Amino acid sequence: MIKMQNVSKWFDDFQVLKNINFSVNSGEKIVICGPSGSGKSTLIRCLNALEEHQQGSLEVDGLLLTNNLKNQQKIKQTVGMVFQQFNLFPHLTVLENLTLSPLVVKKNSKVEAETKAIELLERVKIADQASKYPAQLSGGQQQRVAIARSLCMNPKLMLFDEPTSALDPEMVKEVLDVMITLAAEGMTMICVTHEMNFAKEVADRIIFMDEGKIIEDSSPDIFFTNPKEERTKEFLSQIL
Amino acid sequence: MKQSLAFAKWVKKSFLKNSKQTFLSIILLCLISIVLEKLLYWLFLNSVWLGDANACREASGACLSFIREKFVFILFGLYPREILWRPILAMILFLTLLFYSLKFERWNKSLVVVWLFNMGTCTWLMYGAPSDKWGGLPLTLILSSVGIFISYPLGILLALGRRSSLPIIRVFCVCYIELIRGVPLISVLFMASVLFPLFLPEGMIIPKLLRAQVAIILFAAAYMAEVVRGGLAAVEKGQIEAAQSLGLNYYQSMRFIVLPQALKYVIAPTINTAIGMFKDTSLVAIIALFDLSLTTKTALKDPDWLGFSVEAYLFASIIYFIFCFSMGRYSLALEKKFVENKA
Repeated sequence: MIKMQNVSKWFDDFQVLKNINFSVNSGEKIVICGPSGSGKSTLIRCLNALEEHQQGSLEVDGLLLTNNLKNQQKIKQTVGMVFQQFNLFPHLTVLENLTLSPLVVKKNSKVEAETKAIELLERVKIADQASKYPAQLSGGQQQRVAIARSLCMNPKLMLFDEPTSALDPEMVKEVLDVMITLAAEGMTMICVTHEMNFAKEVADRIIFMDEGKIIEDSSPDIFFTNPKEERTKEFLSQIL
Repeated sequence: MKQSLAFAKWVKKSFLKNSKQTFLSIILLCLISIVLEKLLYWLFLNSVWLGDANACREASGACLSFIREKFVFILFGLYPREILWRPILAMILFLTLLFYSLKFERWNKSLVVVWLFNMGTCTWLMYGAPSDKWGGLPLTLILSSVGIFISYPLGILLALGRRSSLPIIRVFCVCYIELIRGVPLISVLFMASVLFPLFLPEGMIIPKLLRAQVAIILFAAAYMAEVVRGGLAAVEKGQIEAAQSLGLNYYQSMRFIVLPQALKYVIAPTINTAIGMFKDTSLVAIIALFDLSLTTKTALKDPDWLGFSVEAYLFASIIYFIFCFSMGRYSLALEKKFVENKA
């Protein structure tokens, strides 16, 4: 599904990603963690071309991510993304948030787009709010709408960029539950998160990043009980 | 009884809350009544409605017979008297459709068609006389409304261009905006009327009205661009990222996500700019286009009716005020509507 070879990226002089080698198979669930500034968000943002990598090669679903706009557009349509700040469109209703890109990008019919949207809203248990505006919903509800919105484009891969970090504690669970269901249905997922219980339960592999490098890449069992690297142990002792 | 009691309460609460407020209320009330009294005498009790200029000069009040005598000229300039129905009908058509279009819900594709048809009819009506005969209110309405409606999309393009990732487009837009904002409208109009024809191939004539109109559009676009830029800056970066991650391209994310939000943020300054433009069209008087301000000024030069400038300018001001005030109210209504929408 994803193949990254020697990917590097700089913000001006500062190197955020250093020779990243990383691959994900179809159906795999990956959790990425690490201290802030370690490059984990940048890494997944490179996967749908929100950030441009400057060195190395990056392949998503068999397509090489380059300056070729057509490829970029295709990749963006195969990859869904959920943001820390939800980024729902405040001027559109929940339903319109979901139907916009099927209507505009895929040129689906209105009936088709709305049927699909309602079905997805039911899946994230929020269909009764379809005609409301995002500002009228709680944070947890907004994030569930955001997940449903990404799913509207039938992505093969879902990226989650700290999806629960901006939420009040009592709302974290409802979002994680949706993600767990999604994982159980076989979606390929890459989540940047600090929710270690979620990682234990769902992840096939946990990746620990620090200073732009992948330090550790192992199964949850090994990651939590017997990590190879000293830096990982240090990090785990801080957050657990 | 109950109502009058409520009224007394309201008066007490609003004007007589404490000694300081009571004092201020009384002072202001005195000032207002003095002004109103003077106005009453000047405009009604001592004014001349029917007499000639001499009767006016003898009276101490306003000379309203001057307005009665001149309002056709002030409103329509040099437009031939026998076909005045044409500009009148054109204005009625234009203002009616404008009024109809105020409701946001009515905006759709067929309305655009109706507008195009309406504009065509108005143009045909106005061309009952050549464009150098046009004047007064119709001319002011043409210059300002065409100016506002074309400069707005142009301003949006310039504002988007200013944020473009392509250096050539960005530099062009920045230069254009800064250059235009750096010179007075009068000089742009002057160039359009005097300098521009010198560069045209021989025999080619572009009517002065059209040149002035283009100058106003180009000038206003720079100001609109800066207003829109403010709105674009207020849209969070995450909005574009979300749009991109859903597969929308640049045009689609601007059209459906960024602009609808950005333009709503800047309704008040947009209409503010439009009001400014409406009044700025009076500067075309400098290149001898007979807009409302120049017809007013010209009416004053009639040797039979010298010396009634207060009345004339008051009349013109009232007309300007009606339009500008309406725009201001419309801006408030729009803002209220969109704020409610988001709850």
